[in-house]
Amino acid sequence: MSYNAFITEATIEPTDDGPLDGVTVAVKDNISTEGVRTTCGSAMLDDYVPPYDATVVERLKAAGATIVGKTNMDEFGMGTTTETSAFGATENPAAEGRVPGGSSGGSAAAVAAGEADAALGSDTGGSVRCPAAFCGVVGIKPTYGLVSRYGLVAYANSLEQIGPLAPTVEGAAAVLDAIAGPDPNDGTTREEGANSNYVDAADGDVGGLTVGVPTELLEGADERVRETFEAALDDLREQGATTEEVSLPSVETAVQAYYVIAMSEASSNLARFDGVRYGKSGGYDGNWNESFANAREEGFGEEVKRRILLGTYALSAGYHDKYYKQAQDARAWVKQDFDEAFETVDVLASPTMPVPPFELGESLDDPLQMYLADANTVPVNLANLPAISVPAGETNEGPVGLQLVGPAFEEETLIRAGSALA
Amino acid sequence: MTVDDEEVRHVASLARVDLDDEEVELFTEQFGDILEYFETLDDVPEVEREAELANVMRPDEVRESLSQEEALQNAPETEDGYFKGPKVS
Repeated sequence: MSYNAFITEATIEPTDDGPLDGVTVAVKDNISTEGVRTTCGSAMLDDYVPPYDATVVERLKAAGATIVGKTNMDEFGMGTTTETSAFGATENPAAEGRVPGGSSGGSAAAVAAGEADAALGSDTGGSVRCPAAFCGVVGIKPTYGLVSRYGLVAYANSLEQIGPLAPTVEGAAAVLDAIAGPDPNDGTTREEGANSNYVDAADGDVGGLTVGVPTELLEGADERVRETFEAALDDLREQGATTEEVSLPSVETAVQAYYVIAMSEASSNLARFDGVRYGKSGGYDGNWNESFANAREEGFGEEVKRRILLGTYALSAGYHDKYYKQAQDARAWVKQDFDEAFETVDVLASPTMPVPPFELGESLDDPLQMYLADANTVPVNLANLPAISVPAGETNEGPVGLQLVGPAFEEETLIRAGSALA
Repeated sequence: MTVDDEEVRHVASLARVDLDDEEVELFTEQFGDILEYFETLDDVPEVEREAELANVMRPDEVRESLSQEEALQNAPETEDGYFKGPKVS
């Protein structure tokens, strides 16, 4: 059975021995691999071959991992289902006929189907955690600055981080150990993570842990998702954790803020695809602007055009203060809300996705409804925090993920707590 | 919030993305709903923004970089070791 998890299958050998000896890793197709094409799920880049490796790829190879291919994704990471890929949709191995989530859907599907031991995804607004939840695997979105983005094709650089997916928390932690830490080629990386030992934190000890449950992130959730989530909380309580309700009023405007910021950054980042240095040529007949616009009409899919245009609109004269500046205020508010919550609780828990996996083709027609499905994941990116999604159980429509969010650079706490469930 | 097709065409030209008529019609319909949803950002309270950011610099030294051949390998067309583009004006 093929789930169309890979855009390109390849065997990239390790460069050294290390803790990932014998481990096979699938890499999302927006992470550069020297000599192996990297398409971002876009027709624009269908024959683009990077001349260098992303830092995370170098580190995986140096840790002993074998890379088995480049995984399918929503075009440039823009989607929640992996259906906006120019290379066709990926099917969910854990819920056939349904989407694997997105945008790192190929990475999650490869892990769920056993086609790789682990995978890398990128998470701008939930793109590691959503597919991890829908496919019944573990996904980690690291604190902003823990993992180098050098060689990751940018969508919204103030929000995104590369993160691991694996069947177990321990497996994901081992990959995070390999890729975390400072990189001179990414000025936003920090010293934290330099000599990490996340694997040893996967001991499942939640005795004395205080788990906050934000009421706002439960209100909109599907009833069956909620029941599965509550059962997982019971499990944590039986193992010694305590839970309490908390309130995060700022999350009510997080989706709006996220999309304004992400689209604005995308409209700038994707300006590089001009059909001259790489990508589809727009021809040589007209002037530069005509040729440029022609290349982009042909090379980009509908969702990418939608986001570039809305981002351009939000940044254009007369609208900048109304949209972009207010979105930055909303972002600061979210960050403040989380900081206050972590004064009384160790971690926050919610369903990763408020709904079970969509049926293939179900949700493509209404972009706004699709954006609203990201309600529980985007606040984490706005606040630059770490989060983990672990399998919480299943409804008859597919797997449900439980998301744990922690203070900045407290990945160990999340890994310890998450490993009590998976 | 309503958006008309002229505005969609204008933004598309600013973004250097050609659209066909169907795309203009679709985006005109969708953008009104999406922008109306973004309007709820008006309700966000004033929050003090902590500026804990510092610039990260590196010494301005000659380092290894891509060769000219590597830098040009993905270009649709090149001429005499340069990228080939359409005329600028």
